[in-house]
Amino acid sequence: MSYAMVAITVLWTFLFGYLLVASIDFGAGFFSFYSVLTGHENKIHNIIQRYLSPVWEVTNVFLIFFVVGLVGFFPDAAYYYGTALLVPGSLALVLLAIRGAYYAYHTYGTQIGNNIVHMGLYGATGLLIPAALSTILAISEGGIIYVDNGKVELHWYAFFTNPYTWSVILLALVSVLYISAMFLSYYAQRAGDEVAFGVVRGYALGWSGPTILASVFAFFQINHQNPVHFQNMLDIAWMFIASFICFVIAVYLVWKRTRLGIAFIMVMFQFAFAWYGYGRSHLPYILYDYIHIHESITNDAMAIALITAFILGFCVLVPSLILLMRLFLFDANYIRGKSAKKG
Amino acid sequence: MSSLDPVLMSRILTGLTLFVHIVLATIGVGIPIMLALAEWRGIRTGDNYYTLLARRWARGYVITVAVGVVTGTAIGLQLSLLWPTFMRVAGKAIALPLFLETFAFFVEAIFLGIYLYTWDRFKNKWTHLMLLIPVAIGASGSAFFITSMNAFMNQPQGFELVDGVFTNVNPFVAMFNPATPTKVSHVLASAYTTSAAALASIAAFSLLRGSKHIYFKKALKLTVVSTFVFAVATVMIGDFSGKFLAKYQPEKLAAAEWHFETMTEAPLIYGGFLDENNEIKYALEIPYALSILAGNSPSTEVIGLNEFPENERPPLSVHYFFDLKVTSGAVIVLIPLLYMFRKKLPGKKPYPKWLLLSILALGPLSMTAIWLGWFLAEIGRQPWILRGYMKVSDAATTSSSVGWMLLLFIVLYLVLSISAIRVLSQLFRNKSAEEEIRQLGLELEGGDRK
Repeated sequence: MSYAMVAITVLWTFLFGYLLVASIDFGAGFFSFYSVLTGHENKIHNIIQRYLSPVWEVTNVFLIFFVVGLVGFFPDAAYYYGTALLVPGSLALVLLAIRGAYYAYHTYGTQIGNNIVHMGLYGATGLLIPAALSTILAISEGGIIYVDNGKVELHWYAFFTNPYTWSVILLALVSVLYISAMFLSYYAQRAGDEVAFGVVRGYALGWSGPTILASVFAFFQINHQNPVHFQNMLDIAWMFIASFICFVIAVYLVWKRTRLGIAFIMVMFQFAFAWYGYGRSHLPYILYDYIHIHESITNDAMAIALITAFILGFCVLVPSLILLMRLFLFDANYIRGKSAKKG
Repeated sequence: MSSLDPVLMSRILTGLTLFVHIVLATIGVGIPIMLALAEWRGIRTGDNYYTLLARRWARGYVITVAVGVVTGTAIGLQLSLLWPTFMRVAGKAIALPLFLETFAFFVEAIFLGIYLYTWDRFKNKWTHLMLLIPVAIGASGSAFFITSMNAFMNQPQGFELVDGVFTNVNPFVAMFNPATPTKVSHVLASAYTTSAAALASIAAFSLLRGSKHIYFKKALKLTVVSTFVFAVATVMIGDFSGKFLAKYQPEKLAAAEWHFETMTEAPLIYGGFLDENNEIKYALEIPYALSILAGNSPSTEVIGLNEFPENERPPLSVHYFFDLKVTSGAVIVLIPLLYMFRKKLPGKKPYPKWLLLSILALGPLSMTAIWLGWFLAEIGRQPWILRGYMKVSDAATTSSSVGWMLLLFIVLYLVLSISAIRVLSQLFRNKSAEEEIRQLGLELEGGDRK
């Protein structure tokens, strides 16, 4: 495998990690807010809070990893995306900032009870951020970023009037709610919280249909946007079929209220197949027609250094993450709220 | 707004983000050391007041870290959004430390999360303290990696420039450039100083408000003595930085000192004004001092600004940043010294009001010194973004919307700063330390021992 392939695979994996962790977080924030609004808060609020508290900081770092890694491995990406995305990137940053800060205030501050403004900001950003970030995938298909007189520009009209953009946004939104509800079903059952389980199981099943519809819609929209990419996708159609099978198994298990751990693993596989299938067929372009992985890859010395750094970092990170998960995700006492709280 | 110069707007916006972020980053790097000191003392002496101290600090600390994650994400993305050409060119030589910084921060974030939620979870008290080791390594590691990137901007090396492209790159030579050792150690030492000083200010504030509890006096002692030790180290490293500049980046030192003619036995200029002919007026002149600063002896030749073409000289205003920074450094050493000799001072009270007020000023003063030092370092590098290779004016985005984005982020940072200060002060007021001591029944456990 060339350095460029190793690099893009690593980066794509980080983004996949972000997709999972952040979706759980974004969706949970939204459900949490929704439960306060509809007066169901006593049913599910606690379980969500207990999961989110120790884990939220880790989420943002996945995104930063991807951005820093992308710019490191493919410096041209900084040039094209950086210039064109100044405005949308800044707006996404503001949303991330609001979310991060108000979540911390809510969790670590002293306010007792639920501040509806904090919760509202947290819930709303939980939907707006994935919508904003997902548009970059739409932009990467080409036709929206162009170079005029040596200046990189973003074609706003083409961006907003493009059905593909909207299909991606829709897919991002329903996926966030689906992934999050699937995870929370598993988590609630582990905590032995039957009431919460009932509520989030309803969400999970409710969002499963829209998820698959939005996926199919986005899948065929690619044909309009970038026929070359679509043809590549058809060549590896088995990945998308595998994704669908995993989806069916996951929904069936949740429907039957059994083996929810396996159900969530199936959700992970569902998105993994779709994600890597999409990514693989997108190659060799990072930005269609402008950034080509084999032409834009940094020099060999830097590529080797970055890959080495990544492997060493990985050896430190994975055990730390496992420790974090054992202490908070898989420790039954913690999940049930029996062990000590923060601070 | 769209007619404004994108280069200037990009500089202001980057500066604004860093102005906010540097406060949080400094605290983020330094506080884990103070947490470790307090918790360690608590375990060693069995004095629960120190444990409570660490516990209360950690509660405030996590909020500053959370907001720091936010501003850190902002600067991480703004590097590419505002300086795409710089990242495209320089990224080929210096992407490594940027990448490693994320790993270091990741480790810090994970273990801080665990630390915060496991105060009473382990039977062995040392286990909980041990969690601070990866937190501190991650925090100081982040500072190291980011500062090495900044050092590279001052002393670029480890590549050859062929047709505008960095080739024959050695990422490690780029990272460990001549500016790295002094810069990194100065940044670390000043972060430790400022964090200790900020905590000293909090303790002094409680005592000024009339609390007489021994808990605050212990807090004051631990933090002020730490401030002293770290501040002395910072000053010493600052002296090395002067010698480094004289040798490798003489134009920065010369601009900071208003030193125009290359000469030996150069005097050090303090304060003063420049008239239209660049003649220095009303300044305090210390004979030989600049030569001694640059090379430990009056016979050291110090290169003057006149050796550099006019369009490659840093703005002369950096002189004031330098003087103010050095002055605050001296005061930050002096105040803790007065505290340590307070029993030998005239007057009967052990904690006279003027002394507590001075200690209260320590935190803001150290933070100001950090800002000034940062201004000096960055403005002193002008007009270069990569000294000798790329000018700031060629590195910025060409987008015409930077002015609007500046406005957007001004509002964001105002809201974030105000809300963070409110939440932190609520935390401080909500449950006083005395209340918590009573609740935990620490008074009975012999925490009162002197």
